[in-house]
Amino acid sequence: MAAYLEMMRIRFLAMLAYRVNYYSGVVIYVVYIGSYYFIWQAVYAGRAALGGLTAAQMTTYLAVAWMSRAFWFNNLDREISNEIRDGTVAVQFIRPYNYLVAKLAGALGEGLFRLAFFAAPGLAAAALVFPVRFPSDARLWVVFAAATLLAFAVNSLFNVIAGLVAFFTLNNTGILHTKRVLVDLFSGLFLPLGFYPAWAQDAPRWLPFQAISYLPSLVFTGALRGPELWRALAVQAFWIAVLAVAAAWLWRRAGRRLVVQGG
Amino acid sequence: MALRGLEMARYLPLIARFVAQNLKSRLAYPADFWTGLASDLVHQAANLVFILVVFQHAPSLHGWRREEVVFIYGYFLVPFAVFHATAANLWDFADRYVVRGEFDRVLTRPLPSLLQVFLETMELESLLGAVTGVAAMAWAGRALGLDWRLADLAIFPVLVAGGVAIYYGIFIALAAVAFWTDSRTGLIPLLWNLNAYGRYPVDIYSRRLRFVFTWVLPLAFVGFFPAAYFLRRGAWGWYAALTPAVGALVLAFGVAVWSAGVRRYRGAGS
Repeated sequence: MAAYLEMMRIRFLAMLAYRVNYYSGVVIYVVYIGSYYFIWQAVYAGRAALGGLTAAQMTTYLAVAWMSRAFWFNNLDREISNEIRDGTVAVQFIRPYNYLVAKLAGALGEGLFRLAFFAAPGLAAAALVFPVRFPSDARLWVVFAAATLLAFAVNSLFNVIAGLVAFFTLNNTGILHTKRVLVDLFSGLFLPLGFYPAWAQDAPRWLPFQAISYLPSLVFTGALRGPELWRALAVQAFWIAVLAVAAAWLWRRAGRRLVVQGG
Repeated sequence: MALRGLEMARYLPLIARFVAQNLKSRLAYPADFWTGLASDLVHQAANLVFILVVFQHAPSLHGWRREEVVFIYGYFLVPFAVFHATAANLWDFADRYVVRGEFDRVLTRPLPSLLQVFLETMELESLLGAVTGVAAMAWAGRALGLDWRLADLAIFPVLVAGGVAIYYGIFIALAAVAFWTDSRTGLIPLLWNLNAYGRYPVDIYSRRLRFVFTWVLPLAFVGFFPAAYFLRRGAWGWYAALTPAVGALVLAFGVAVWSAGVRRYRGAGS
């Protein structure tokens, strides 16, 4: 356990060297949020609520969804498939830790760095420019923090699985690309799922992607109440369990199949 | 100017060679080529889906109908695809040419440096975006019952060229910033994200932003104003007449910044 914490810490410190890049990143995200903010303003045009969100909640949703992305987003899929491909993963087999857990710990360190230097100041910056409403209820903040952490777990496990599957299929870019498109479409990052036409809403509700962006962002806007909050967390936890089992199973299979050349 | 034209004509066979070479090297990795193509298509489809979904909830955006917004997006895709396909190299110009010093090599060759940088990397598969764009325009145009005039056939390429020139000018100037500072400025990704502002009717933005995207960073001339002309939306459409002039101005600005930067360039050392 201590070893994994240390990996997390090292990654966090390594990222500190690049912190300057992130200041322009904040501006980039705010500008991006702005482009959607005006479109949504025109869509609402005085209407009280659409797709289960009020205009004010929509603005908050946009800001929090994009800024949280800085936390849960990572490139574990590419890292893992590359390491398997170029054989460096062989060294990982003889080390006294679980490769996947170590990878996740590193990613969490990176995520926490971006949370501190990107997402948090970014949300503050977005709130200066756009009418973002922060939850006034302290409990909502706690639930949101939990939901965001769970979102990180869902996305990272999903990346691990994509990375391992890419290894089996030998079509790296195709698999990783497809995964990214699915996340973009069904996570609710670009469009809150409530806006899809009724016939298209059911599929995303049965998929794990909503746990990455839609559910945590909804929590933050205050659109979920009472038992709905717990249900959102439960859905996320359910997908984490499923994905973790799948990732562990794939990793065992990959270990048996791996042939490292040279030496 | 006439001399310039003659010079350019002299370069044409060379440009054709560069393009052919580029296509060959892109096709050497067919999987990357096809995924690149597919991801462009998916991206455009996602933007169209976004527009369609939004209009499920609103009959109009500030008086703009669904088909009109699709048309604007479709039109925007044409100059954007031309820019994206030909100017791909500006994206990491700072890293590749200034930090690693490859610009030394460029300067030793008897071809304008800017032209070389453009020609050395192209992503011609991005031109497919123009096809998507024209398809979207055709669909929306039919639904709206647009009356195309014969003159539009001539006006269309002129307006597209103006839009491409605006993009070229802005991004050449930004890439040239690397001659002064080799640290990552993040300006290019920033401008990239501003794209989204140029493909919706400008009247949805605040008065200040509208001014900025018309007269400071004239992105509205790339997509919106020309599209408004073809949509026959009088007031906005008139701005389209300025597109070629604005394009020439912005491009001239970009080239001037570039030339000043090249004069300042000292090589990467060692």
